[in-house]
Amino acid sequence: MSTYLIKRVLFMIPLLLGITIICFFVMRLAPGSPTDLQTQMNPKASAEMKERLMSMYELDKPIHVQYWSWLKKLGRGDLGTSFSSDHRPVSDKILERLPITILINFLSLLIIIAVAVPIGVLSAVHQDSLFDKVTAVLVFIGFAVPTFWLALLLMIFFGISLGWLPISGLRSLNYEYLSAWGQLVDLAKHLILPVFISAFGGLAGLSRYMRANMLEVIRQDYILTARAKGLSERQVIYKHALRNALLPAITILGLSIPGLIGGSVIFETIFAIPGMGQLFYMSVMARDYPTVMGILLIGAILTLVGNLIADVSYALADPRIRIS
Amino acid sequence: MNFWEMFYKNKLAMTGCGIVLLLFVVSLLAPVIAPYDPGAIDLKNVLAPPSGQHWFGTDQLGRDVLSRMIWGARISLKVGFVATGLAILIGMILGAVAGYYGGWIDATIMRFVDVMLCFPTFFLILAVIAFLEPSIWNIMIVIGLTGWMGVTRLVRADFISLRERDFVQAARAIGANDTRIIFMHILPNALASILVAATLGIAGAILTESALSFLGIGVQPPTPSWGNILTAGKDNIDIAWWLSLYPGLAILITVVGYNLLGEGIRDATDPRLKR
Repeated sequence: MSTYLIKRVLFMIPLLLGITIICFFVMRLAPGSPTDLQTQMNPKASAEMKERLMSMYELDKPIHVQYWSWLKKLGRGDLGTSFSSDHRPVSDKILERLPITILINFLSLLIIIAVAVPIGVLSAVHQDSLFDKVTAVLVFIGFAVPTFWLALLLMIFFGISLGWLPISGLRSLNYEYLSAWGQLVDLAKHLILPVFISAFGGLAGLSRYMRANMLEVIRQDYILTARAKGLSERQVIYKHALRNALLPAITILGLSIPGLIGGSVIFETIFAIPGMGQLFYMSVMARDYPTVMGILLIGAILTLVGNLIADVSYALADPRIRIS
Repeated sequence: MNFWEMFYKNKLAMTGCGIVLLLFVVSLLAPVIAPYDPGAIDLKNVLAPPSGQHWFGTDQLGRDVLSRMIWGARISLKVGFVATGLAILIGMILGAVAGYYGGWIDATIMRFVDVMLCFPTFFLILAVIAFLEPSIWNIMIVIGLTGWMGVTRLVRADFISLRERDFVQAARAIGANDTRIIFMHILPNALASILVAATLGIAGAILTESALSFLGIGVQPPTPSWGNILTAGKDNIDIAWWLSLYPGLAILITVVGYNLLGEGIRDATDPRLKR
């Protein structure tokens, strides 16, 4: 197992290198430069000043030299300095925003599992029942709903018409004056809509996948054996069938991580949540190359680690797969 | 039962087909059926709720929302088809080459697919489009360039199962070269699954375009698109619900239509379902 782990982690390095090369070159080859934004604002900016800015950011050097110096800095754990007016280290900017993004994605992953697995199992066990048909329709619509639109509708309904939930930010104005418990409730209220929206996209996919898996497993011989032994239906379904149907779902969860992280740009922008997705959106708009590169790298690492965890838990859960 | 009989009998597939055809008609006839000029600003009628004159209300500049949505249908159709066409083209060629030749060529292509798949694609699309200046052509190209991996896998799987068949051996025996075998002999047999992937891909491309336009880096105003009407909806969320509701419904119905159509084609071409 440990050699397998080491192999997998080592294999992530060329993968990450490939990803950073693609991102770096695509970004720098695009027309326009970050200095345009700064000099356009200032009518007094001369060509000379523009050149000075370019050389300060090392943008006047050939692209492979720029990549190499970015990579060397990365080796020292330095993601560079932001091009934006605060000139702070990129790693600081990302680190202060990462926890909330990870928290929301983690919560929505939990919700996806907690809701989609029972739905999938129940609709497979009661195939062609009313429940199965209703969930099939819901799942089908779930695939087609633009999540940002659903977010708008929920904001209008729960935030404006009913006034139950706040629709932007993470804290109320009076946050400082609340008790510890009050602060927790306040945070939870702010998180309900974003977490739901973030989970929504994954719900349809996983429940449909669980249903298909379960249907296949129920028809296997060992389920027939379990029934023939006289086990109760409950034991057959939840002990024998569910475990086998859950296995492939782990991989699907791993594959859904890029979608979740990508989705954080949308819901963080809509709900004005100060997370990594919002920072990414703002940095992209400001052509802040170092910050964009840093977030792309972190996003890729999160995805790879998520996939690794999925593969490892798959191997741990399935006795048939023993990697030597 | 042949393909058309299977397809006609499938009510859901026919519904999907109907929705897609309706969208085609609306897009083609947009100049005729739109009640107003989609760009006509009417500052006396700003953010008017739905009424007899304006069925879906007006936006922050007094423009008729229904007319903008009808013109927006054109954009969705264009983006869906061009982006998916590009993705299918890339996926088809890479998948065919990987599946047909195997060995290190296959390994290299599939590793590349893995790299692309384990990437938060939406981040990349966002970065590229923002740096390239948002325009409808850039969106179509970037969505296409980041959406070909599924097709590659599909086509590769089909090619692996087909390449040793007798008809391929026969083609080789009469001296057909690789290009001819790949495109004239094997590819036509993989068309069914490609068609399904394309139909579902169009739905995905329309969703991505609307999300990008919503974020302000897709189709740029004043050109109407369903996504950028929703941006206005967000800006006026506390006063104008109609700006949020209707364009989203249009996206939902469109995507449902393409998905139903795609699944209908899949069911009608799946030999296991033939009775």
